[in-house]
Amino acid sequence: MNLPKFLKGEAAAATRLNRRAFLMATGGVTAGLVIGYGTQPALAAAGDGTFNPFVTIAPDGTVTVLSKHLDKGQGTMSGLAALVAEELDADWSMVKGEHAPANTEVYKNLLFGMQGTGGSTGIPNSFMQYRQAGAAARAMLVQAAAKEWGVPAETISVTNGVVSDGTGRTAGFGELAAAASAETPPAEPVLKDPASFRFIGKDDYRRLDSVAKTRGEAIYTQDINLPGMLYAVLARPPRFGGKVESFDATESLAIKGVEEVVETPLGIAVLATGTWPAIQGREALEISWNDGGAETRSSDQLMAEYREIAKEPGLVAVNTGDVDAALAGADKVVEATFEFPFLAHAPMEPMNAVMDLDPGKSLEIWTGSQLPTIDQLNVAPIAGIEPAAVKINTLFAGGSFGRRTNGPSDYVVEAVQIAAAINGRAPVKLVWTREDDVQGGYYRPMYFHKVRAGLDKDGNITGWDQRIVGQSILLGTPFEAFLVKDGIDGTSVEGAAEIPIEIAAHRLDVHNTEVNIPVLWWRSVGSTHTAYAVETMIDRLAAAAGEDPLEFRLKRMDAFPREAGALRLAAEKVGWNTPAPEGITRGLAVHKSFSSYVAQIAEVRQNEDGTFKVERVVCAIDCGVAVMPDQVKAQMEGSIGYGLGAVMRNKITLTDGLVDQTNFPDYEPIRISDMPDIEVYIVPSSEAPTGAGEPGVPPIGPAVANAIMAATGQTVDVLPMTDSGIEFA
Amino acid sequence: MAINLKVNGSEVSVEAEPGTPLLWVLRDELKLTGTKFGCGVASCGACTVHIDGEQVRSCSFFVEDATGSDITTIEGASGKVASAVQSAWQELDVVQCGYCQSGQIMSAINLLTDNPKPSDEDIDFAMSGNACRCATYHRIRAGIHLASEKLEA
Repeated sequence: MNLPKFLKGEAAAATRLNRRAFLMATGGVTAGLVIGYGTQPALAAAGDGTFNPFVTIAPDGTVTVLSKHLDKGQGTMSGLAALVAEELDADWSMVKGEHAPANTEVYKNLLFGMQGTGGSTGIPNSFMQYRQAGAAARAMLVQAAAKEWGVPAETISVTNGVVSDGTGRTAGFGELAAAASAETPPAEPVLKDPASFRFIGKDDYRRLDSVAKTRGEAIYTQDINLPGMLYAVLARPPRFGGKVESFDATESLAIKGVEEVVETPLGIAVLATGTWPAIQGREALEISWNDGGAETRSSDQLMAEYREIAKEPGLVAVNTGDVDAALAGADKVVEATFEFPFLAHAPMEPMNAVMDLDPGKSLEIWTGSQLPTIDQLNVAPIAGIEPAAVKINTLFAGGSFGRRTNGPSDYVVEAVQIAAAINGRAPVKLVWTREDDVQGGYYRPMYFHKVRAGLDKDGNITGWDQRIVGQSILLGTPFEAFLVKDGIDGTSVEGAAEIPIEIAAHRLDVHNTEVNIPVLWWRSVGSTHTAYAVETMIDRLAAAAGEDPLEFRLKRMDAFPREAGALRLAAEKVGWNTPAPEGITRGLAVHKSFSSYVAQIAEVRQNEDGTFKVERVVCAIDCGVAVMPDQVKAQMEGSIGYGLGAVMRNKITLTDGLVDQTNFPDYEPIRISDMPDIEVYIVPSSEAPTGAGEPGVPPIGPAVANAIMAATGQTVDVLPMTDSGIEFA
Repeated sequence: MAINLKVNGSEVSVEAEPGTPLLWVLRDELKLTGTKFGCGVASCGACTVHIDGEQVRSCSFFVEDATGSDITTIEGASGKVASAVQSAWQELDVVQCGYCQSGQIMSAINLLTDNPKPSDEDIDFAMSGNACRCATYHRIRAGIHLASEKLEA
C-alpha cells in the first residue's frame, strides 16, 4: 500500500522533518528535534524497567523493543530493534521484539498521523524515533550508574550491554533497569555519530525471529487456541454484492463437531469444535443467494468495456506542454495498449482473526493487522464498547502484501459479527480457507493502459500521452478524503505521473470505472502496472530510435540522478557492455516507488522449444541508509519473486461475476524452480532511509518483457505473460 | 472415535472422526501449531510432516492412516540433518514471514537425508511442492547448500 503518498501534505512535512533531523544527526550536531519517542513522565519514570513506550529492560537484562509496525515478514521488528540497540549499545543476544498495542497517539506512523504499517514506511518514519528511544534509555542507564557509583556521568561508558566507569566497576542493563527507568529522560537524547555505528548498515547480526520461525515456535493468528474456543468459517455470497436469501443448516448441524450455524450481515457462519468440522459444515449448508445488486459481469466483458472507455479523455492528472502538437509533429510515433488482470495477494497465512467478546463490556482481538486503530473503530459498534477499549493483540502475520491493510477491516469485522451472533458465549477463531482467499476479492484492480509517444529525429521523446482505465482503490474508502484529489486516485496513476526520462510534453489521464468488486493495494500498488507500461514503452522507443536501451535512457536522465545511479550500478554489475551468455538476452527497467530507486536487469534464456526461463536478475537499490542491508537484499529477492510470479502466470478472472480460480493449483504461486539467481547491490548513501518492502516489485515485469522483446522482437502487452503466448520452462 | 498416534516419539490418543486430515488433529487437538495450513489441497507444502521418515502433506492425509506410524512435526525435528538445516536457515536469515518455513524445513530435511549433496536441480525438483509467497527461494537454495556443507564437515 502507499498511504504516505496520498497523505501528501503530512507526508511531505514528515519527510522534511526526518531529513532535517537526520542531517543534523549525521552532521554530528545534537538533534534539536525529538520525534515523539515518548518522554512523558508517567510512561518514563515508572521504575519498572519501562524507559519509554518503545523500550523496556527486564531485571535479567532482556531489552524488549516494542514494534509499532506489524511484522509480516519484511523484518521491521528486527530493523526497529536494531535502531534501539544501536543507540543503547545493547548486546543483540539480549534484545527481543514484541508488537506494540493499539494506541494511535503513542504508536502512530509519523508519516500517516495514525498507527499503521504500509507504504514501505516502517524504517523511514521510525529511523529517528527509535534511535532517540534507544539513546534516551542509554542516558538514563548512565545517570543511574553515576548515582549508584557516585561518579560523574561523563566517566561512564556503555559497550555491548555493559555499563562501566573505567575503574573496573561494571553493571549489566538488568541490574540498573529499575533505578534507571525512574530517571528523568533527557529532553534531547544525543545520537551517535554514524562513524561509530555498529548495527546500522552492518550485516553481522541476524533477524530476531529467525530462530523461532525455523522451529515452528513463532505464533501467528492461525495458531491461537483459547479455552472453549469455537472455530468458524463463513459462507460468503459467491458474487460480490450478493446477499443471503435463505438457508437450511440441517445437514450442517448433523456433522459431528458443528455446534451452531448463524447468519451474520456478511453471510452464514458455521461454528464448530475444530477447523475441519467447520469446513465440512459449510460444505453441507444449503443456501439460496440473492444476486440483486451483485456484480455479474465477466472480466473479459469488463476489459472490453475498458477498451471502449479508453477512447474518451479521462480526468487529467498530468498535462505539461502541447502533447497533441508534439505527437502530430513527431518523426516517429510508437503506440501500445496494455492489459493487466485482477490479482490476489494470496499470502501464505489466509486471513483470520480471534475474538473474545463480552457484548457491551469487553472485546479482545488476536490478529495481524496493519491498521489496528482502524480495526478498533470498525469493530467497536458491533461489540458495543468504545474503540479505545478494544484490546488488540498483534501477532506475526504470515505475509500480507497489502491484504491486511484494509480500511473496512473486512475479516476482523466478519469475526466480531460472528462472535456477536453467539452473544460472545465462546471465543471465536474465524478462518479463511485458501478458496476464500483466492475468491474473496480485495484484488489488485484490473487496468487498461493506452500510450502514444513520439520521437524526434535525434531520438528525443517529444510527447507522451497515456490513459489509464480501472477501478480506484480509494474512492469510497475512509482514505478518500485524504488521498483522492479532483477525482484522481493517486494509486491509479503513481509511477506514470513522473517518468524518469526527459519528455518534452506529457499528458496522463485516468478513468475510474464502476465495478462492484472489492479492490485493494497490492505490494507496490499503482507501480504494479504503471512501471510495466512505462518501462516497456521506453524500450520500444529506444528500439524505434535505434539505440541501446541503457544508453537511450542514460543520455536523457540528467534530471533523475538517483534512478540513473541505480541503473548504472546494475548495468555495471551485470556487465551490460559485455555480451550476454549464449542463448541469453537482457532486459532492464528502473523505477522509483516509496521514495526508493530500483533498477533490475533480467537475463532471460529462450529454449529451443520456444519457452523462456528467467535465469538471473541483477538488482540495484538506492534506499538511502540501509539499516539492515542484508534485509534490504532479502526484500529485493522476495519482491523479484513476488512480482515475477504474478507477471508470468497469475490472474483472477470472473465469468458472470463468479471468480474462476479457486486455490493454488489454478492461481499457481511462483515456485523455487521458477526462481532466478539474484544479485542485489545497494547504492552507498547517507540520505535518510526510504522504503524497501515494495520498491523491488515494479521493475521485474518490464525487465523480463524487455528481455523477451530483445530476443524475439515480440512485445508483451497482455498480462499475465502466458496470456500473450509466452510460456515459461 | 479414539485414534492412537505416535507423534514426536510420544503415544497420544485423540478423538477424531475418520477422514479428518492429520493436519487438523495436529493443530486443533494436539496444539502442535508449527505445522501450518496453507491450501488444504496438498499444493503448498506448509503442512509437511514426516511419517516414518517420508514427507507427507498432512492436510491431505487421513488421521486414521497414520496409526502405527512415527509422525514427526517441526516441533519434533531433531538429529544431525535437522539441526544442520535449522542452523543454516538461521545463519542466512532465510525466513521472512516464516509461515511456510516449517514445511520448507521438513522437506529440506527429507531431501538432505536422501541426498546429502544435492545440486540446484535436485533442490528445485525436491522443493517445488513447497510454496513461499515471500519468495525466499533464493535463500532456501543457499540454505540447503550450506546445510549440506555442515553435514560434510
